[in-house]
Amino acid sequence: MSLRRLPALDPLGTLLSAVGVVALVFLPFVVFKANRIVPGEARALLEFLPAWAALSFVLVLALVALVAVGVSNARVRLAFALAGVIAVASAVAAAGNALTPPGNQVIRISPGAGFWLLLIGLGLLATDAVTRMRPGPGMRVLLLVLSVLAAGLAIASGAFDHLSIMREYAVNSDRFAREARRHLLLAFGSLAAAVVVALPLGILCHRIPRIRAGVLGVLNLIQTIPSIALFGILMAPLGALAAAVPWAADLGIRGIGAAPAVVALFLYSLLPVVANTVVGLARVSPAAVDAARGMGLTRGQILAHIELPLALPVILTGIRIVLVQNIGLVTVAALIGGGGFGAFVFQGIGQTAMDLVLLGAIPIVMLAFSSALLLDALVDLMNRAAR
Amino acid sequence: MISIEALTKQYGAMRVVDEVSMSIESGSITVIVGTSGSGKSTLLRMINRLVEPTSGRVLIDGNDTASMPAHLLRRRIGYAIQSNGLFPHRTVAENIATVPRLLGWEKARIAARVEELLRVFQLDPVACGSKFPHQLSGGEQQRVGVARALAAEPALLLMDEPFGALDPVIRSKAQDDLLDIQRRFGTTIVLVTHDMDEAFRLGDRVAVMRQGRVLQHDRPGVLLTRPADPFVTRLSGTADRALKLLSLTTAGELAEPGPRESRTVAAGASLREVLSDLIWSGAEAATVLNPDGTSAGRVSLARLLAHGRQS
Repeated sequence: MSLRRLPALDPLGTLLSAVGVVALVFLPFVVFKANRIVPGEARALLEFLPAWAALSFVLVLALVALVAVGVSNARVRLAFALAGVIAVASAVAAAGNALTPPGNQVIRISPGAGFWLLLIGLGLLATDAVTRMRPGPGMRVLLLVLSVLAAGLAIASGAFDHLSIMREYAVNSDRFAREARRHLLLAFGSLAAAVVVALPLGILCHRIPRIRAGVLGVLNLIQTIPSIALFGILMAPLGALAAAVPWAADLGIRGIGAAPAVVALFLYSLLPVVANTVVGLARVSPAAVDAARGMGLTRGQILAHIELPLALPVILTGIRIVLVQNIGLVTVAALIGGGGFGAFVFQGIGQTAMDLVLLGAIPIVMLAFSSALLLDALVDLMNRAAR
Repeated sequence: MISIEALTKQYGAMRVVDEVSMSIESGSITVIVGTSGSGKSTLLRMINRLVEPTSGRVLIDGNDTASMPAHLLRRRIGYAIQSNGLFPHRTVAENIATVPRLLGWEKARIAARVEELLRVFQLDPVACGSKFPHQLSGGEQQRVGVARALAAEPALLLMDEPFGALDPVIRSKAQDDLLDIQRRFGTTIVLVTHDMDEAFRLGDRVAVMRQGRVLQHDRPGVLLTRPADPFVTRLSGTADRALKLLSLTTAGELAEPGPRESRTVAAGASLREVLSDLIWSGAEAATVLNPDGTSAGRVSLARLLAHGRQS
């Protein structure tokens, strides 16, 4: 009699499968609400799916769990994770269509905690599989673009239109585009302004060691001020500026709104970029700089052709930190009238309309995730080119 | 010809280089040797003004180096350092092309020069030119560093401990290569080292520095036989100084007419090698052969011993 050795269990897969089982069995997959602000009641799978569909849905998820636990091939894991995502998305779309009476605009069908947990678990499984495949920077960006395209097409197809978040979107579609632009403008605008100031400041700190501790100390101090407090602190001087200088007010500088938001985000952005510029420049081999000087490169040429290219990966890492940080912080700017996706979040909190909160929160997470991935790929590319 | 006149560098109260005057002949190799902190690197770096002198001046072919912008001066002087200082983000070919590019050479001329140098330094122009420095061995990186320093055909090459990071076998080869290249291009070389053997091996002239001053600047043989200062004796070492003296002369230089011997040595071999060969074989004398195989005369044991004697 031969003993078959069991394959080693995959730790992450086992954990995610356990979470999936809990989500499927104990948590509501969809929630039915009579209107957008009342608490909802859970609906079971069989209430919105025909028996065969509910059975195949559970079967697909069970298969995914088996693969997650026992198969180590990354491509197979990725394929099954994506199949799981499609199954979960189809089920929730079906729920929206089945549970909405024709023509009814008042009731809400919300994805429940079970749906979100399943989606997050499958997403983690997919990202883990991609990581195990060790794709190059170009491949990672391609995968991101494909995922975004697929998600965009699925949403545009109207399959999810009966779901609560899409209902909120339908009501707010004009505003959504406006707040999206505003969110990007605030995040990238303050980043651009910060880079313009922080890069020279970092170079200066590198060249003049005496000022380094002072500059970094002040920027560190700014970083420790809570964002809401900083918005508050900035209201008074900017308001006074707008009152005293008419053309400043004409430019849109006011105590509340975008101006204090941009200034605060700009201030928060300085430290990571300055600090990483200093670290990046310090990392450049002194021998290379000495040789460059000895061969007759001017200081400007050494900076442009030797020091900055060699420090660039580290500087870009700083910019990546700032971008992700800003995309998150812009949310808070909505509190002082800065706009952005945060406007939906706080409006939703005010109205206890969780779907509206999600309409703001999901794009913020996606935006931060995509920017981090894009800049990581860029840093990777730089590091490959210049070691 | 390079004239160094009363060159001084002072940091606070410290005189790192103290009124050094010396002249360096064109086409020669001058080695500045000293312990660390002797001011040898500072002296070298004042020649291309990486360090600005506190007082004194440097004349190259009669022109004061202070009369032109420092970066333009440096483009005319080759510069190679211990850790080679190659640019890690540039290919080998791009590294070598650095100064020619700064000088605005035409692309074809740069490419031809890079290829020539790679060949001279026994690096494959096709395979090596497009590599990045980290893909080369330490010895190859060092050669690229020297090739880069020579790229714009400088008449003067400054080298700061160029072989310090190499292991003994590769270092010995690199020293031979440097001698070959110096003969080929006729470059004036000023080289800094703390290794007296290296100084004796490479230097037409050796300058011994201590505490910012040049104690003695002369041919290696003179340093051994007539040291100007006890420190020079100490730095050269006393245990094997007779052998060191023998190693400075070749068999060809000492050969005298006489009968043909059964033992033969090459004219380019050092007397030290000849002595070793005679001890090993038990012969009393050897015939010196020119590279073409003709006899250049003979060297006897007695004459060898006399040559190594202090006199």
